Amino acid sequence: MRALAALAGLALLAGCGSGGTSALTIAAASSLTGAFTECGGDARLEFGGSDDLAAQIRQGVGIDVFAAANMKLPQALAAAGKAGKPVPFATNRLVLAVPLDSRIGSIDQLADAKLVVGAASVPVGDYTRQVLARLPAARRRAIEGAIRSEEPDVKSIVGKLVTGAADAGFVYASDVVASRKLKSIALPAKLQPTVVYGISIVHDSAKARAFVASVLHGNCAGSLRKAGFGPPPG
Amino acid sequence: MTERLFPYAVAAATAVAVAFLALPVVAIFTHSSPGRLVSALGDASARDALRLSLETAAIAVAIVVLVGTPAAWLLATRRFPGRTLVITLVELPLVLPPAVAGLALLVAFGPDGLVGGGLEDAGIVLPLHTAAVVVALVFVAAPFHLRQAQAAFASLDPGPLEASRTLGAGPARTFLRVAVPAARGGLVTGAALALARALGEFGATLMFAGSLRGVTRTASLAIYDRFGTDIDGALALSAVLVAAAAALLVTVRLVGERRAAR
Repeated sequence: MRALAALAGLALLAGCGSGGTSALTIAAASSLTGAFTECGGDARLEFGGSDDLAAQIRQGVGIDVFAAANMKLPQALAAAGKAGKPVPFATNRLVLAVPLDSRIGSIDQLADAKLVVGAASVPVGDYTRQVLARLPAARRRAIEGAIRSEEPDVKSIVGKLVTGAADAGFVYASDVVASRKLKSIALPAKLQPTVVYGISIVHDSAKARAFVASVLHGNCAGSLRKAGFGPPPG
Repeated sequence: MTERLFPYAVAAATAVAVAFLALPVVAIFTHSSPGRLVSALGDASARDALRLSLETAAIAVAIVVLVGTPAAWLLATRRFPGRTLVITLVELPLVLPPAVAGLALLVAFGPDGLVGGGLEDAGIVLPLHTAAVVVALVFVAAPFHLRQAQAAFASLDPGPLEASRTLGAGPARTFLRVAVPAARGGLVTGAALALARALGEFGATLMFAGSLRGVTRTASLAIYDRFGTDIDGALALSAVLVAAAAALLVTVRLVGERRAAR
């Protein structure tokens, strides 16, 4: 009898492991947490650094839809035959985030600050490096010298800022809106990188297509605009 | 019926357990070619991460042994009100989720934390510095040593301890010359387990100390950093940590067997 119960338990476990039959599994960039949680319905949502999520998809983890904070990562997955062709669905702006009471007012006041950025492999860190590369060498070095941590995703950067562990960090404008404890300092227009989010279908299904449609011009598009994301380019 | 099947059931359970537990470890070594793993370790940032792990773990375990051993002696030999509560408190980090540990350290020792302001006034800023890694490692690893050391002291034969005192040795001398040498097996085991836990620490370090090459990015953090872009590099560092963990477990086992043989 007990053996039967154990077997039933094991079967149940296996059922969970295969993700059930109906729920859609969506892997999305950390910065999409607020918007997708609001509009995701009964989908299973996994948030993380886009690079880590892409690596999971490469390892064959059962993900149906991939929403990344750039086009590069989903394009690479498509080129490797691991996912469909990505479509741009939102834009964002990179900003310098500081606590509400901070006296830092521009990216040139970071020399004595504790600055946290994204690791080079995660989109937010990639965009940050694009910004720094556009600066003259002396200004760039002053900012690079202030970097105290390279975090795996935006949530981790915001966490360091709201707990006071760091003074400033490069994140997306939408992260600052979501945190409510930070203010954003806009970057000069000529430094602003093009931040375009791409979505691709990893395992095709009617549900997956419906979700992508909602992200492009449905319920989720509304949640994205509300969270501070811009409409896709073009 | 049950009696006849039992030996098969036990064998099957063992086979399942061993296969399930060993398979992921084996996969670390087989997913990529050994040549690629070795060449990934030649990477300077991988060596930085391993060196930082080794240094911070060694410092953390030294602190744990120096402070934890006398504390374990007191907890093992004295009875006082609230003793159970104290023991529970110091063992709590053993079962705390790493994310909880990281957050707890931030709200305790961070700039806005419980004592962080005072620390800052004293010129000590922990988060995002190597010292924060050591603090995180001490927090998560200390209970391993405290537990083992307490058990070792509690199981000492009271005879020699009494004799030492009757012969006029003070409590300090009795502790250092009689108790510590007699309990050294348990103390070494405790230190080895603490070192293993420290080398594997991830979540609390990331949250409290951050992740910067050569400063706070230990081997575990470097594995996570590489996961997205450099799976060979991540596997190579993992292989080193597996080897270190295995070596520490073998040490613990050998020490245990020697104690049992005595």
